[in-house]
Amino acid sequence: MTDTTVAAAPVAKTISPTHEVWLSLKANKGALAGLVVIVVLVLAAVLADVVAPYHYAEVFKECVTKQCPPVWQEGSDSRFILGADAVGRDLLSRIIYGSRYSLFIGSIVVTISLAAGILFGLLSGFFRGTVDILIMRAMDIILSVPSLLLALAIVAILGSGLLNAMIAVAITYVPHYARLARAAVLTELPKDYVTASRVAGAGTLRLMLNTVLPNCLAPLIVQATLSFSTAILDAAALGFLGYGAQAPTPEWGTMLADARSLIRSMPWVVTFPGLAILITVLAFNLLGDGLRDALDPKLKR
Amino acid sequence: MLRFILTRLGLVIPTFLGIILLTFVLIRLVPGDPVEVRVGERGISPERHAELLHQMGLDRPLYVQFFDYVGGVLQGDLGTSVITQRPVMDEFLTLFPATVELAIFALIFSTLIGLPAGVLAAVKRGSVYDHVVMGTSLTGYSMPIFWWGLLLILFFSVDLGWTPVAKRLSDDYFVDEVTGFMLIDTLLSDEKGSFLNALHHLILPTIVLGTVPLAVTARMTRSAMLEVLGEDYIRTARAKGLGVYRIVAIHALRNALVPVVTVIGLQVGTLMGGAILTESVFSWPGIGKWLVESISRRDYPALQGGVLVIAALVMTTNLVVDLMYGLLNPRIRHKR
Repeated sequence: MTDTTVAAAPVAKTISPTHEVWLSLKANKGALAGLVVIVVLVLAAVLADVVAPYHYAEVFKECVTKQCPPVWQEGSDSRFILGADAVGRDLLSRIIYGSRYSLFIGSIVVTISLAAGILFGLLSGFFRGTVDILIMRAMDIILSVPSLLLALAIVAILGSGLLNAMIAVAITYVPHYARLARAAVLTELPKDYVTASRVAGAGTLRLMLNTVLPNCLAPLIVQATLSFSTAILDAAALGFLGYGAQAPTPEWGTMLADARSLIRSMPWVVTFPGLAILITVLAFNLLGDGLRDALDPKLKR
Repeated sequence: MLRFILTRLGLVIPTFLGIILLTFVLIRLVPGDPVEVRVGERGISPERHAELLHQMGLDRPLYVQFFDYVGGVLQGDLGTSVITQRPVMDEFLTLFPATVELAIFALIFSTLIGLPAGVLAAVKRGSVYDHVVMGTSLTGYSMPIFWWGLLLILFFSVDLGWTPVAKRLSDDYFVDEVTGFMLIDTLLSDEKGSFLNALHHLILPTIVLGTVPLAVTARMTRSAMLEVLGEDYIRTARAKGLGVYRIVAIHALRNALVPVVTVIGLQVGTLMGGAILTESVFSWPGIGKWLVESISRRDYPALQGGVLVIAALVMTTNLVVDLMYGLLNPRIRHKR
């Protein structure tokens, strides 16, 4: 995508929208910092097998008999930079592998909820009437239950586990996308280009997906970035409560659940997984805020 | 105004019925035999099974069961807990004050700090102070509060020994439950020092539960203030030679408060969600902990009732906030 913008810009002598967004993002230090962290996370996730000092499940017996704190603390082992957990596994390696789960959770949740939300939003906006009322009331119902509680209730029915946790969290986000998509469709529909397309003989499906949808994407992209972070938070919360990813998995929330009872004896196993969650969520929020400023013309200086 | 209230109510009633339908469907989606799910036993004999099936009315057509359920809910009957055999509504009402007490403190905490911080950030827009407030509030908004709670315990309870780690009151005190609100009950009892002890127990959970609302309030106040500060009447006030304090406190803040109050009102859902995590971390005997425990004990009637009541509460507060907003702002009231 960046290649085409760079190539197209000099020929057209105007700044393409994508390039404009990039320029605006570049000027926003917070968003840029968020982007850098996300790139590092993606690299860590993809290259975990290379970057991580050890495999996430490798047990070092010497750290079971004697505690291995982080390197800057007394009695540490220089092989384990962030120390080892109670079972003798290298904490840094587990956190690096954990980035895979967080990014995976974020992507899957956002994809499911975005797709379902766009579908419902388009149906509501295009057909209005009974379809609209039914869909929007259903969304109101989902919204009135706090998302974590609804996700817990869904997991209670589907059963614990990473996949079910992702489905549960995704369901709670659908209303946000559906409302945004519907609102965007309603502002776009009366515009001339839609009428022109209709007059030219475009069918409803074509109008929906090819004509209107691309012009509704800006708020949806912003929401997608922001809910990437809440998805990571909510899935980690489910893991912490014991209903998300299950024990040996190095998912950050699950790691915290295991570490809870060790807070007095091995504080570092509590500190670092949580810090990883915070930094990741913060990075996506910074990027989301930056994207909103860049994509929303009303907020432009 | 009446028309406005009626349209809002017209929207809320179907949603409420929808929630009842949702919880009705929810418990039926639990895999396994419906009688065993509700009684919480496995391997019931066929005769007993048929008896229970009939007793619980599960042998009747689904729509009859639904109307029965709706009728029960409207009379405050949410079914019976599998574990304690007590009515779910009683269980809920016993534990609810603990959650409300915590939530009220969290709301006060977040408003007392978030509101002035947001106002100052807006007034000193672009300054170091503004950046610090915005940076801190974004961090607070991104906080995994279950970890934040553990971190605070680690620092204030384990390292410094300042605050208690769990529960609402130390075991040394015996306080009769009168209202369920520990601060009131300790004042009513003759146990010396119990009030301060209860207050002491509230500190960390209040901070943890209040963190996200605090961040939201600060951000919202700042943007509402910035919008108002750009209005013509502020320029007029400035041109009249009024002092900064008077402009901010009297002219700007009062107008900026309307959206801020709305946002604070809408935090009820966030607080209930946050209470699940906060209460789990601090073993706080409230609704959040009860709900998590109901799931692990497979107490589906309790979960069903809890979801229903909390959704109803969130809807009611949203409705009240909505109506207040209409009351305060005629532009909203008369919009179709």
